[in-house]
Amino acid sequence: MIDTDVLIVGAGPTGLFCAHQLGIIGLKCEIVDNLDKIGGQCIELYPDKPIYDIPAIPECTGEKLTNNLIEQIKPFNFNFHLSDRVQEMKNENEKWIVKTLKGKEFLTPNIVIAGGVGSFEPRKFPTKNCEKFEGKSILYSIKDKSIFKNKRVVIFGGGDSALDWAIELSNNSKISLVHRRDEFRGAPASVERLKELQNEKKLDVFTGYSIKDVIGNSSLESVEIKNEEGQSKKINADYVLGFFGLIMQLGPILDWGLNVDKKTIPVNTENFETNKKGIFAIGDICYYPGKLKLILSGFHEGALAARGCFKYARPDEKYRFEFTTSSKNVKELLGIKE
Amino acid sequence: MPYFFLCLYKFPMVKIKYIEHNSKEHEVDVANGLSVMEGAVQNDIPGIDADCGGGMACATCHVYVKEDWFNKLPEKSEGEDDMLDQAYKPNSSSRLSCQITVSDKLDGLVVHLPEKQV
Repeated sequence: MIDTDVLIVGAGPTGLFCAHQLGIIGLKCEIVDNLDKIGGQCIELYPDKPIYDIPAIPECTGEKLTNNLIEQIKPFNFNFHLSDRVQEMKNENEKWIVKTLKGKEFLTPNIVIAGGVGSFEPRKFPTKNCEKFEGKSILYSIKDKSIFKNKRVVIFGGGDSALDWAIELSNNSKISLVHRRDEFRGAPASVERLKELQNEKKLDVFTGYSIKDVIGNSSLESVEIKNEEGQSKKINADYVLGFFGLIMQLGPILDWGLNVDKKTIPVNTENFETNKKGIFAIGDICYYPGKLKLILSGFHEGALAARGCFKYARPDEKYRFEFTTSSKNVKELLGIKE
Repeated sequence: MPYFFLCLYKFPMVKIKYIEHNSKEHEVDVANGLSVMEGAVQNDIPGIDADCGGGMACATCHVYVKEDWFNKLPEKSEGEDDMLDQAYKPNSSSRLSCQITVSDKLDGLVVHLPEKQV
C-alpha cells in the first residue's frame, strides 16, 4: 500500500500544475493516468497544435506545455503511475483507499480528480457481433505482432496506426486495409508506401467501405464490408484490427458516489471539493457556475484544491500562505540554493 | 450606438431543426455566429456530446446533413474529415457540428443526429 498526502487522477496540465502547488506547500502526491505518457489531452489530442491562451506564453504546443510542466515539478520527484486506471475506492478511518486496474493500492486523505473528459479508451466497431470476438480475434491495439504470422488480417482505419501496421504486417501476413474514404490521413510517406505495396499486390486496399458484420461461430471466419451504394463484400479473416483513435470515458469514477451532471462533477469554488470530503475535482471535469474549460482555469482550480488538501493531510498544522519569490521554505522545497 | 438603443437591438437568430435518431424533432433559435454544436448544447438537445468543447479533437458532435442543405454549409475545415473517420458510423453526409457556424444563410437548417456519438 502506497501512503501519500494526495492521489491525483489524471496527468494532464491541470493535474501536473496541481502537483506543483502541492509540492510548494510541502505535500506529497502520487499521479495515476490511463495513458502511457504524461500530458493528457495536450499530448494525446494536440501535441503539435499551438495553444494561444496560456497566460504570459503567447504561443505554445501541447507537447511543449507538457514538457514545461514536467520540468516545473521535477524538484519534487513525484511518482507517476502510467497506463493504469483508478478502479475502486473506499473510505476507512477518514482516509481513502484507492485500487487501480493493475492492482496498486493507495492510502490517502485526499483524492484530486483531474480527469479531463475521462480516460482514453480505443474506439470500437459499431457492429454488435464484434463483441464476442473482442480481445481474441478483434483487436484495437497490438501487444504481440507474432500472432499474425501467416494469418489473414483485415485492418480498418485511415490514420497512422492503421497504415503503419498494414505496412509492417504485410511482410508476413495477408493484409486487407479498409477505409471509409479515398483519402488517408496518415503520414504522406506511409500513404506512398501503401500504394507501392498495393501495386506490388502485397496487400489489398478497399476504400469507400466500412464494416457491416463479422461472421463466425466459435472463431472468426470472415468480415463483411459495405459501401454507401449498399454493395457489400466478404473478406476471409483470422484477425480484424480497428484503429479509430481514442474516445474519452469517465469509467469507474462514475460509481464513486460523487454527484455527476452531464459528465462533469459539481464542486464548490472555494477549494474545489466535491460532495465527498477529501475528494476534489479540477479542470475540465469539474463544474460550477461560470466554469470555463480552459487550461488556465484548471491551473487556478488546482492551486486552490491543493490548499484544500492541506487541512486533511496536516490536520494539526495551520496552512501559511507564502510567495515563491520570498519564501525560504519554498526555495528549499524547490532545491534552490542562494 | 447609445446604450438605450443597444438594449433594443436583438441579436439575429435563425431557426435550426435537430432531429434525433428516434425521429424526435427539436426546433430552436440559434444566434448567428454560434456553431450548430453550441446551439444544441445551449438548448439541452440530447445526442451531441461535444466532449472537446469545439476544438475539432473528438468527433462527438457528429451530425448528418441531407444533400439539399449539405451544399449550402460552409466548407469542411482542414482536418474535419480526419476527425470524422473516428466518428460513429460516418458517411458522405457527415459533418462535425462544431465546424458549422450559424448565419442567415442557414435559416431553417435541418441536421440529423446519429444513433450515438461514441
